[in-house]
Amino acid sequence: MELLVASAVGILTAAGVYLILRRRSFPVILGLSLLTYAVNVFLFATGRLVTGAPPILNKYEEVAYTDPLPQALVLTAIVISFGMTAVVVMIALGAFLSSRDDGTAMPVETDGAEEDA
Amino acid sequence: MEHLLIAPVVLPALVAPFIIMVLRHHLDLQRIFSLASAVLLAGVTLALAAQAADGTVKVYELGDWPAPFGIVLVLDRLSAMMIVLTSLLALPVLLYAIGSGWDTRGSNFHALFQFQLMGIMGAFLTGDAFNLFVFFEVLLIASYGLMIHSGGTRRFQAGVQYVVFNLLGSTLFLFALGTLYSVTGTLNMADLAVKVAQIPAEDTALLRVGAVMLLLVFAIKASLLPLHFWLPSAYANAPMPVAALFAIMTKVGAYSILRIYTLVFGPEVEATAGLTESWLLPAALLTLGAGAIGVLGSKKLGRLAAFGAIASMGTLLIAISLFTQTAAAAALYYLVHSTLAAALLFLVADLVMERQGPWILPQLPMPQTGLISALFFAAAIALAGMPPLSGFLGKLLVLDATRGAALAPWIWGVILLGSLVTIIGMARAGSLLFWKGHGLPPEDTGTSAEPPVDTLPARPAQLPFVACFGLLGGLVALTVFAGPATRYAEATAAQLYAPSAYIDTVLGRTAE
Repeated sequence: MELLVASAVGILTAAGVYLILRRRSFPVILGLSLLTYAVNVFLFATGRLVTGAPPILNKYEEVAYTDPLPQALVLTAIVISFGMTAVVVMIALGAFLSSRDDGTAMPVETDGAEEDA
Repeated sequence: MEHLLIAPVVLPALVAPFIIMVLRHHLDLQRIFSLASAVLLAGVTLALAAQAADGTVKVYELGDWPAPFGIVLVLDRLSAMMIVLTSLLALPVLLYAIGSGWDTRGSNFHALFQFQLMGIMGAFLTGDAFNLFVFFEVLLIASYGLMIHSGGTRRFQAGVQYVVFNLLGSTLFLFALGTLYSVTGTLNMADLAVKVAQIPAEDTALLRVGAVMLLLVFAIKASLLPLHFWLPSAYANAPMPVAALFAIMTKVGAYSILRIYTLVFGPEVEATAGLTESWLLPAALLTLGAGAIGVLGSKKLGRLAAFGAIASMGTLLIAISLFTQTAAAAALYYLVHSTLAAALLFLVADLVMERQGPWILPQLPMPQTGLISALFFAAAIALAGMPPLSGFLGKLLVLDATRGAALAPWIWGVILLGSLVTIIGMARAGSLLFWKGHGLPPEDTGTSAEPPVDTLPARPAQLPFVACFGLLGGLVALTVFAGPATRYAEATAAQLYAPSAYIDTVLGRTAE
């Protein structure tokens, strides 16, 4: 299982980085999403991988349990990344609609010519 | 009054939704509430600073959970200083935004401003690494909104770049926190300090990885050289009052480096020894150089101010990266100065840009040119670190603190040369903007866009000047009261380099 989780994190990260380097807003947003999936899985793994155990400590009997803290962290991270994705989609859409260009690089400035800011 | 400690976070967190939901269509009421909140915040932070001034560490346990299990807010001299600086910066910036009408050029300015303050205050107060991440995200979400406030193609394009880059930073932050958690099993900073010191040196490979990733994240925030490239276009295209508020955001990165790398990965921790010293210092030197050259080469006023901010971050990070107590004291003094100076420069840049457009070109004299040029002169002197303003004292302190360092000739050379290049760049921009235009015939204003003078409101806007002179007054006060200020900074640095009191208080191990 460790190998599976580790390679999942690795592949997701690699794909995310590749997509971000494409420098067009749609692939970049997809890449960011993949990266956040990767980091969520990674956070899960930081509490050690345990199968089929609840994240609850039972004080009446000796049962297997898994570390609850990474689950709380992942929950927070999911909410935040969800909100962030919505924000970045809206801003990228605004940039695309006002410039008809979905590149994420800044266009070169020309001295004294056009001006809109 | 023990609940006062959470007030800097709760107050803006209550005012902001109130502004959005109740005062959505009442601009005047929004302004009143926003200003009242900022004034109240200044009062609260000053009261907190008075509590922390005698060197006690105060802990606020959220939900009354004891420290390593619950989230804590911690007030010591450093965080008290940072929150006071934030609230005292926010007040003139808000005045400026109201006076210049920036808050009318888009919706929800005041609510976003309050959320931004909440995030910054929280980041300075929190004593938990994951909570630091959460407050980073709060301040970043608000900053995304403020960054694209009032729209425009270039602003959107710069905004996309800014958001994407910061999201990458956030992801890296989570990876770093996950790594640290997997090694130590805790994310409370005080508890981390205890656990990290206990790990034997041969088992620290993962810990090093986590420490380096964390440093990278803070370096992104602090715009350290290879990771600085998001800053110029983001700040130059943001509304200038927003950029002035952002002057404290780069300091959040500097603060986090100072906090984590004195408390958790302190100088005596074997696992990460030499890590920061060998990388941070050269990068900081390069940052200062890049900032100074950028000031000299900028064609637009906004970029000039942004590169000025990078140059001052370079000086600050040089002082921080030495990790000695005297250098930290110098860094803290310079941190206050550079925040105020960078904010002042951004506001003055906006005064000029509103009248003449963004390009640094000889143009006809503008309205109130005398006052504005005087302010620009003061801001340039402050940022370049020339006497008589506090930038000079700050740089002197930094130079003095670096005398014994191994790289001292390099540091001295870069700081002095950087100041020279910065002052040349400022002088060039100032003489082009304020002097050359006087000789121009009226029709020869060049190819630049028409100065948008006719779009200015007819009323004489005094509030922007009040705000600028307020910031300038802060700089002058920092110069006049340099003695008490440096004593405070020294005591703060001493507290930073003796973290056992902090750790004991947070973990509740005081003998009481």
